[in-house]
Amino acid sequence: MSTEVIPIEALQAAGKPWTETLHEWVTTVDHKRLGLLYIVLALLFLVVGGVEALIMRIQLVHAHNTFVSPQVFNRLFTMHGTTMIFFVAMPILFGFANYLVPLMIGARDMAFPRLNAFSFWLSALGGLLLYFSLLGGSGLYGAGNAPDVGWWAYAPLTAKAFSPGHSSDYWTIAVMLSGFGSVGTAINIIATILSMRCPGMHLGRMPLLAWLNLVMSGMVLITVTPLTAAQLMLLVDRYLGGHFFDTQAGGSAVLWMHFFWIFGHPEVYVLILPCFAFISEIVPVFSRKPIFGYPVMVGATICIGFVSMSVWAHHMFTIGMNSYANSFFTITTMAVGIPTGIKIFNWLGTMWGGRIQFKTPMLFCVGFLFQFLIAGLTGIMLASAPFDWQLGNSYFVVAHFHYVIVGGILFALFAAFYYWYPKITGRMLSESLGKLHFWLFVIGFHATFDTMHIPGILGMPRRIYTYEPGRGWDALNLVVSVGTAIQAIAILIFVWNLISSYWKGARAGNDPWDAWTLEWSVASPPPAYNFASIPAVASRRPLWDLKHPEDPDSLYE
Amino acid sequence: MSAVTNPLVRQPAGWILPDRGKVAMACLIVAESAIFTIFVVAYLYYLGKSVAGPTPSQVLQTPIFYSACLLFSSFTIHRAGNLLQRGRRDRFLAWWVLTIVLGGLFLYGTGQEWHRLIYEHGLTISTNLFGTTYYSLVGLHASHLVAGLTMLMIVLYFGVTGRVTEDHSPRIEVLSMYWHFVDAVWVVVFIIVYVIGR
Repeated sequence: MSTEVIPIEALQAAGKPWTETLHEWVTTVDHKRLGLLYIVLALLFLVVGGVEALIMRIQLVHAHNTFVSPQVFNRLFTMHGTTMIFFVAMPILFGFANYLVPLMIGARDMAFPRLNAFSFWLSALGGLLLYFSLLGGSGLYGAGNAPDVGWWAYAPLTAKAFSPGHSSDYWTIAVMLSGFGSVGTAINIIATILSMRCPGMHLGRMPLLAWLNLVMSGMVLITVTPLTAAQLMLLVDRYLGGHFFDTQAGGSAVLWMHFFWIFGHPEVYVLILPCFAFISEIVPVFSRKPIFGYPVMVGATICIGFVSMSVWAHHMFTIGMNSYANSFFTITTMAVGIPTGIKIFNWLGTMWGGRIQFKTPMLFCVGFLFQFLIAGLTGIMLASAPFDWQLGNSYFVVAHFHYVIVGGILFALFAAFYYWYPKITGRMLSESLGKLHFWLFVIGFHATFDTMHIPGILGMPRRIYTYEPGRGWDALNLVVSVGTAIQAIAILIFVWNLISSYWKGARAGNDPWDAWTLEWSVASPPPAYNFASIPAVASRRPLWDLKHPEDPDSLYE
Repeated sequence: MSAVTNPLVRQPAGWILPDRGKVAMACLIVAESAIFTIFVVAYLYYLGKSVAGPTPSQVLQTPIFYSACLLFSSFTIHRAGNLLQRGRRDRFLAWWVLTIVLGGLFLYGTGQEWHRLIYEHGLTISTNLFGTTYYSLVGLHASHLVAGLTMLMIVLYFGVTGRVTEDHSPRIEVLSMYWHFVDAVWVVVFIIVYVIGR
């Protein structure tokens, strides 16, 4: 296939000054470099958002703690939520999509390389603005001031009267910029997948990763934009004296909730679909079997895309909607469980009867399967309106969505890191450190987030900066906080693994996992042009065909 | 090594995928439609909820002439695109200029209406909910029109300096898609604001 190499000697000259390297990275339009920039940006913000979570957990470690003030606590959970969703999860998933989609569909770059760079730098600027609010939120008058309205920013908290200064404006503009960047990248991914596939790669032969990112990008187009529209309205309210969310002039605070959650809930699926994509690529390789039920997987993905657009108001059961709305959103929310369940059975079907290799990426995949299932089950519980009336806004909800985001999304991301790191750097990550990372993180994760359900059931509301002793929450909160410390240690091991393996890891070669998709046919790291000659494919597993010419997949598909 | 482009990229025969420009514009239109939908929903939701006047029925006048101008410009840009495809560059430019004039006329009409509303009726974006939703929705449309006109004028500049040829026809078609979209949005806004909203 594409094993030849086009030498580009002038550009490979050794001993470039670092300024030139920096200039190359800042001005790059290469999808692989932009993918890496996305991932590095997200990892930096992951550390920042993680430290914010740790501070909150230290504050809650025992009753009446005074580690941070109530005001600071409000800013912490606002910044933690906003950072993790908009500047960690979105960019890191876009980073992987950027890096992998062109390689997996046999293209030399994304459809619009400059739009790609523009989208990345918009997102990066958004992140910087969010944190510049620490300096600029009060207009540099006095103490720093970060947004403190929660990541939902419910009206009327964001009105000028209740949110003076500019902290909410920084939040609005940061989120809006990230939204523009997301839409730009989504357009780019769709155009790349629809217009840049290599010869022979019909839609039915595309790797599932490309399929899932295609659906995810389609969802971004119609779910991120409502938030952008709502932010525009908020800016009109705050700067031009508009009344969109001004209840005293007839405006509606509930309308903001609808607009926010029309974005907010599908956003969860926008984040989880690329993670399904990682699992769908990694599980078959380490089970030594092709994916079970490819067409059903694609169908279930599209189904999730549609159904998840009509579930948003299950975030609003507690504000008091009529019984028709409650029933509708209960039913639709439960219905999402069906296509998602199909996916879980397909992954199990892939593993069933396979010769499973428990390398680190596979360990994280198995962890994902267990935890995502439990997260889905508590989701079904909360989908029931009467149950939600009882537990809405409690730590049970916090535990539920962290189970999805940490137990699901983050575990899938770790799997992806261990699986594709050899392709990106040319070096293997250390298996022993990887296994240590996995087990420590599993222990820390379950200590924190399993336990966190219980104070929620016992009535502990979310977003409180402290609590009274003797309500049965004390020991539980201590366990939760200890769990976060264990997770932090696991993350440090992971970061150390990333850094040390870059210099000392074993050489990976083109195809360390004996995998089947096109990215493993090129050198590690891939050359700037990806493929010396554009490949042509005849089945879903082109490298299988190449390695087993006597029994190619193309005979059976 | 990022600036390397391989001159040997060639599309094998029989493997034709959709034009990436058109795909991207279609995606942008989907995304923009979602933004407009939210503004339309807000407009409809807040109809009649203003706690103080003026109300739409008191002050709005249906801009039939200017709306007709905008709708007609969809036809002229389509005609211009067809002419360019057939290599009739001079006539392409004439229809292109006509499109810009029609778009400009519409924008002038919006400006005139806003001037009347502000100075005769004292309706601004902060007067009441009607003002907030009206100026936001119509203003969002007008800002898309300004973006479209800017792009049309860039093409005009290149056209006048003789650098737009039939090779650029696919790109003109992409721009034309955007222009049709802005027109279609106006049809919706017109029905919402001037037909249902009064």
